[in-house]
Amino acid sequence: MANIIKQKMMALAGDQAVAYAAKQSDVDVVAAYPITPQTIIVEKFSEYVANGEVETEFVCTESEHSAMSASLAASVTGARAFTATASAGLALMHEMLFVTSGCRAPVVMAIANRALSAPLNIHGDHSDSMAQRDSGWIQMYAENSQEAYDSIIQAFKIGEDSNVLLPVMVGLDGFTLSHTLENVETLSDEVVQQFIGIRKIPNVLTHEDKQSPFRLDPKNPMTMGPIALQNYYFEFKRQQEEAMKNALEAIQDVNKNYGDLTGRKYGNGLVDAYNLKDAEVAAICLGSTAGTMKTIVDKLRKEGIKAGLLRIRTFRPFPSKAIKSALRNVKAIAVMDKSMSFGGNGGPAYHEIRHVLYDSESKPFIVNYIYGLGGRDTSPTQLRTIYDDLQQILKNQTIEEPIKYLGLRE
Amino acid sequence: MTAKEWKFTSKDIANKPDLFLSGHRACAGCAPATVLKLVMKATRGPTIVTEATGCMEVVSSIYPYTSWATPWLHTAFETAAANASGIEAALKIMKKKGRISKEHVDVIAIAGDGGTFDIGLQALSGAVERGHDFLFLLYDNEAYMNTGIQRSGGTPHGAATTTSPAGRAVPGKLEYKKPLADIMIAHDMEYVATASPYYWRDLITKVRKGLEVEGPAFLHVFAPCPRGWRSNPAKSIEYSKLAVETCVFPVWEAVNGEYKLSIPSKVLSLAPQRKKPVSDYLKGQGRFRHMFKPENKALLEEVQRITDKRWQKLLKKCNLP
Repeated sequence: MANIIKQKMMALAGDQAVAYAAKQSDVDVVAAYPITPQTIIVEKFSEYVANGEVETEFVCTESEHSAMSASLAASVTGARAFTATASAGLALMHEMLFVTSGCRAPVVMAIANRALSAPLNIHGDHSDSMAQRDSGWIQMYAENSQEAYDSIIQAFKIGEDSNVLLPVMVGLDGFTLSHTLENVETLSDEVVQQFIGIRKIPNVLTHEDKQSPFRLDPKNPMTMGPIALQNYYFEFKRQQEEAMKNALEAIQDVNKNYGDLTGRKYGNGLVDAYNLKDAEVAAICLGSTAGTMKTIVDKLRKEGIKAGLLRIRTFRPFPSKAIKSALRNVKAIAVMDKSMSFGGNGGPAYHEIRHVLYDSESKPFIVNYIYGLGGRDTSPTQLRTIYDDLQQILKNQTIEEPIKYLGLRE
Repeated sequence: MTAKEWKFTSKDIANKPDLFLSGHRACAGCAPATVLKLVMKATRGPTIVTEATGCMEVVSSIYPYTSWATPWLHTAFETAAANASGIEAALKIMKKKGRISKEHVDVIAIAGDGGTFDIGLQALSGAVERGHDFLFLLYDNEAYMNTGIQRSGGTPHGAATTTSPAGRAVPGKLEYKKPLADIMIAHDMEYVATASPYYWRDLITKVRKGLEVEGPAFLHVFAPCPRGWRSNPAKSIEYSKLAVETCVFPVWEAVNGEYKLSIPSKVLSLAPQRKKPVSDYLKGQGRFRHMFKPENKALLEEVQRITDKRWQKLLKKCNLP
């Protein structure tokens, strides 16, 4: 830890931290459209442009659909592209998210996570990005503004890795993080740019067996985004799965290298375990909830209860191995979902964790808590009941209610 | 050399290497394919093409083959103009940062009538409002041909399509063709023009003029589709001539909003007796067959009326009597 680089403490709301990280990452093109609670990101970035603080083409598109299309097009032209959105904006991008990952364009996008309409709600939950789970994007969720800042910088490094070449979305909880001022340790522009480097365009093999840069280059004409039918489409998709697997490695490497530089590591980059080693009961969550959960775990530990927490930082690629390993000694698990999969027997994180633990030898009890939809506040007292329930389950050796709604009027 | 100074012969054009190569899978008699070939003959240097989903995208890019000898990008149906925005922005900043050579690169966005009149209109309007330097090329075959001949905002009044069939109660499409080029002029564009592949010199010159504009330019090209129009594949170019001669599709250009008829249409304004009746153009096309039934006489007359009305309106805009 002795060689940690000198950093500057700044008071930044999550959105500002994201914009600042994008600015320092020497982004070439930002194509974006305003939507609450992401708006501060584009506003802040516009200020940087207006004041000549960045060398970036800012394309103020007429919709999120065009924002993603322009980002993708800029990226395949060879530029480093960044955008940000939330909720309905992300839903409008849906079609283009698949095209972006399919074109292997490493666009980085911040998501100020927000509920989906109807009814209209501008507050934080994970419905928006969870609905894009299968779009071929790497998905990371930040616990605080510091991590939002760090993750944006890391996202460029991860996505642009020639073994990955995938777009990355970084989620920060709407309002809870996006609009809340926190102390954020920031690096200098030079250090950030040195860490990420200028975007390297990998070469690909052409039909003439020549090496050609993988971008729209008049000197090396390439057809991008073609039609591929029954005879080739499947292979394209399989390659994307391989890239996701490679991303598991890349995320861990980047987390480690960034940690060595700054002193900040987020678990192994994929999952962040808190007091899990000897834990008997554990909760699993994504995003800012982890902050509150950690204080609850501390309290429980003082009471002699072996409680732990696992925060899933990277949801796509899903870190099955890391999760399995982290939970190997836990006897009762509560998975917390800030989104719903209607008619699907629990939330998306619950589905995946149960799936991962299906063939585990320990066969822990596993339950699901849906909470905080539409920004509904979940108090520490309510959150503590999760651990109380888990202890009860252990005591009775049975689950009475596998799926519960926390802080809901019924 | 500007388009005005560019004196090209048919031999020059024939000798210029193709950027849209043969071997694509377009139908026999496909005018859009001819249009694209001609359009790419008008390029003046390095050019990146981005294309909306549609017939020409599908026939030219079937993996692992391509008809494009220039960088080409397809992403979705409604995104041609948004893609052009991203490409142009990327080129601009990468040049500024010295990541690519300073040489100018033209950007052409291509879409059919579905990708322009309908699903792509918002992205097009946005990109033009933002002033990106690109040429938007609309090849208009007047329906969603790639999905099997469904009506679009570019389908003309009376035409039978699979979603506006000529039935016992409804005789084809009841609505009128959207005046798209006029809508683009309303964006205060520097250059908007219409062209038809029969008048290939006019078409090539207009493409070049559009590329020369430092900002957005829009070119609406008429492009018969024998499959969708139920017409003889050998007559696609003939129809692209008849459409002009009947004033169904006049050719003109508007520089900074100043309308000016191009010669093939100008001739008709000077010698109105040479203007042919719309039936000359409509007959022979299966999509208009029902209009020649006695019970649909009024429909045929309506097409003549609306054609005349729009022609008169255009003459007025061109300050012609």
